[in-house]
Formats: sequence, C-alpha cells, structure tokens
Amino acid sequence: MVKIDKETAFSILENVKDPEIPLLSIIDMGILRDFYYDNNKAIAVITPTYSGCPAMTMISDMVKDELVKAGLENVEVISQISPAWTTEWMSEKAKSNLKASGIAPPIKMQMTELFNIKFNDDKIECPFCNSNNTKKTSEFGSTACKSLHYCNECSQPFDYFKCI
Amino acid sequence: MSANLFNYLLKLGDDRVVMGQRMAEWCGVGPILEEDVALTNLCLDFIGQGVSLLGKAGEIEGLGRNEDSLAFFRDDMEYKNTLLVEQPNGDFAQTIAKLFFFSTFDIIFLNELTKSKDEYLTAFAIKSLKEAKYHFRHSSNWFLRLGDGTEESNTRLQNAIDNLWLFTDELFDMDEADLELVNLGIAVDLNIVKAQWLEKMNEFFTLSKVKPTNPDCFMIKGGRKGIHTEHLGKMLAEMQILPRTYPDAQW
Ligand SMILES: [Zn+2]
Repeated sequence: MVKIDKETAFSILENVKDPEIPLLSIIDMGILRDFYYDNNKAIAVITPTYSGCPAMTMISDMVKDELVKAGLENVEVISQISPAWTTEWMSEKAKSNLKASGIAPPIKMQMTELFNIKFNDDKIECPFCNSNNTKKTSEFGSTACKSLHYCNECSQPFDYFKCI
Repeated sequence: MSANLFNYLLKLGDDRVVMGQRMAEWCGVGPILEEDVALTNLCLDFIGQGVSLLGKAGEIEGLGRNEDSLAFFRDDMEYKNTLLVEQPNGDFAQTIAKLFFFSTFDIIFLNELTKSKDEYLTAFAIKSLKEAKYHFRHSSNWFLRLGDGTEESNTRLQNAIDNLWLFTDELFDMDEADLELVNLGIAVDLNIVKAQWLEKMNEFFTLSKVKPTNPDCFMIKGGRKGIHTEHLGKMLAEMQILPRTYPDAQW
C-alpha cells in the first residue's frame, strides 16, 4: 500500500485547480488545510471560502481522484469550517495570478466593525491598466466571493476578489 | 441536552434554508442583472449555512439523517423557521426589507454566538458573521436608497415594512429548551439581541424616512412551533418534489 507524507500530498494536490479560477490551485487559495493518516486511512482536509461555495463537492472529488491516481487506496476528504477561511491565506503568487487573469486581488481591509455600511473598496485598482479611477457597480459578481467594478480609464468591467 | 441542541440547530438551520430558497426565486427575474446576481449569491450563502447546521443536527440526532434528508423529507409542520423568512418576496422593496431585518438580526446574533461554549456553533458563527456583514451592507444600502429615494420607492418600502413588521418579534422568541441552552452558555440570549436590533432599526428608520405605522402591533408567531403561514407549504412543495419523486436520484 502506498503511503505518502504531507509534503508529498501537498505537491500532488497542487494539480487540483479552483474550478472557478483555474489559474489558482487549491493550495494557492488556502482551501487545502491538512493531510494526515487516521490508522491507515488518508485524510485530506479542505475548507470552503464561503459557506455556500458551490465548488466544494467538485473540489472534494478532484482531491480524491488525484490521491487515488497517486496510488492511495483508502482516502477520505473532509470539509471543516474552523478556522474560518480568510483572504489572508491567499499566497502572493495567488494574488498575482488573480491579477493576471483579470481579477483584482483582495486589498488589506479592516473588517472588525460589525455594522459597516462603507468599506474602502469603491476605488479598487484596475487589474488591466492599474488605474484607481474605478467604481463599484455591484456588491456581488460572478460568485459570492467577488464584486463587480468598472474602470473609467480603460472602460473595462472587472471582478474584485473581496476581503473576508 | 442533545435533543435540545438538535432542535436549536433545526431552528437556526431552517431559517437559513427557507431564507435562501425564497430568495432563489429571484433567479432570472431580478430588477437588473447585477441585482439578480447579488440576490442569488446571497441565497447561496444562506443555503450553505443551512447545510452546515442541518448536517450537524443530523449528526447529533444520530438516526442517520443528513442535511438533505432533513431539508427534503420533512413537511412544513416539522420546519422550525420563523414566519418572517417564509413570507413571499413581494416586490423588490419587500425583499430588501426582509433581508435588512434578517441580516441585522443575524450580525448581532452571530456575534453573540461566537462566545458559545459549543465548539461547532462558535466555528459556525465566526464563519457566517463574515458573510452576514456583506448581507447587511447590501441590504442596508438599498434600504437607505429606497427609503430616501423617490416618492414611489419610499411608498413601496413603507408598505413592505408594514407587511413584515408583525412577523419580526418571533426572531427573539425562546422556549424552555432554548433557555436551558442559554443557561449552559451554548445558545444566545435573544433578549440581548432584541434590544440591539431595535436600536439599529430605529437608527435606520430615521435615516431612511420610513417607520412601522404601528410599531407595537400584535405580533404573529408560530413558525418555531411548526405552525406556519400558507406560504411555506407551497414553497416546500416546489423545493421537495424532485427528491420525493425520485428518492434515490443523484446529482
Ligand atoms: Zn483599467
């Protein structure tokens, strides 16, 4: 029976891409949290970015497939919500890949206030021309983790990956 | 104790499943494309939170039921959601008013729940609070725009508030089982939530130039005990028909 260590598992699972953003792996995204053995069963731990992320089942299946392909037999993928996923887990590489694919990466933002009706995300830097002369057109974009923006400089609409 | 916790999780979970399912009715018919997308994204958050809670409820019950069996194979009388969340969407103003009432409640509630002695509830609260802040921002911005907008938008928001206000007090209801959980430090004391919620409401009523015509009206309740308005049954019929017709269907 094939047994691999955590480091090997992570390098194998680098092949699993986020179905919504195929430029990023689940490791870049901080979705893959852990890999360990419970008796002889290999356990991979993933966490959802948002509670309702519709990609979780697909990611779970892909993780399992990838590990089985590597020769593992007894594999389980579990999803846990604690600690809660945060955009701060995204690697620098992830952020620059996001930008390269036309999605503005999350900026640093103070999210501690409970009732905040104005965040500082209405002048997000355009991922195409780097201008800050942009406006937010909608609080939610193609997925719950993004909002929609428009660049007044280069007339491009773009997604921004929200801070959470 | 575990029966109490099971029921508590059902109440919290059912609120979210029903909130999400109802909001999903906007899919494809939103007033503008951006809003259609926003409302359906919000609905995904609620459904996802509901899945977490009902899944945990099934685990605690220990009878082999999971989130799907609890959502699809219970009748309306077994649902424990508040009457507020099952009310029809109405026009856009009514949808926003409901979302504003609920997401304001949710932030205060979840913030309290982060202090729960139950590890799972704490984890759930920390995760969901992040999402609730976006729900509140979206709904409160619209609440202000509609209320302080045109005569038409103000009238519609005013009507929406009057249609829904009488269902709001049930959000703060606790039965004996809940109180036991409050005493154990597991559940949230909803009296604390209510005081803060009313304060927030009054702040926004002033800003938005609307307010309940009769704030001390008779409050209609029943959902927490399984006594629902006619609207829930119809919604569940649509939601449950596929898995009930083909119980072994996979997708
Ligand atoms: Zn630009």
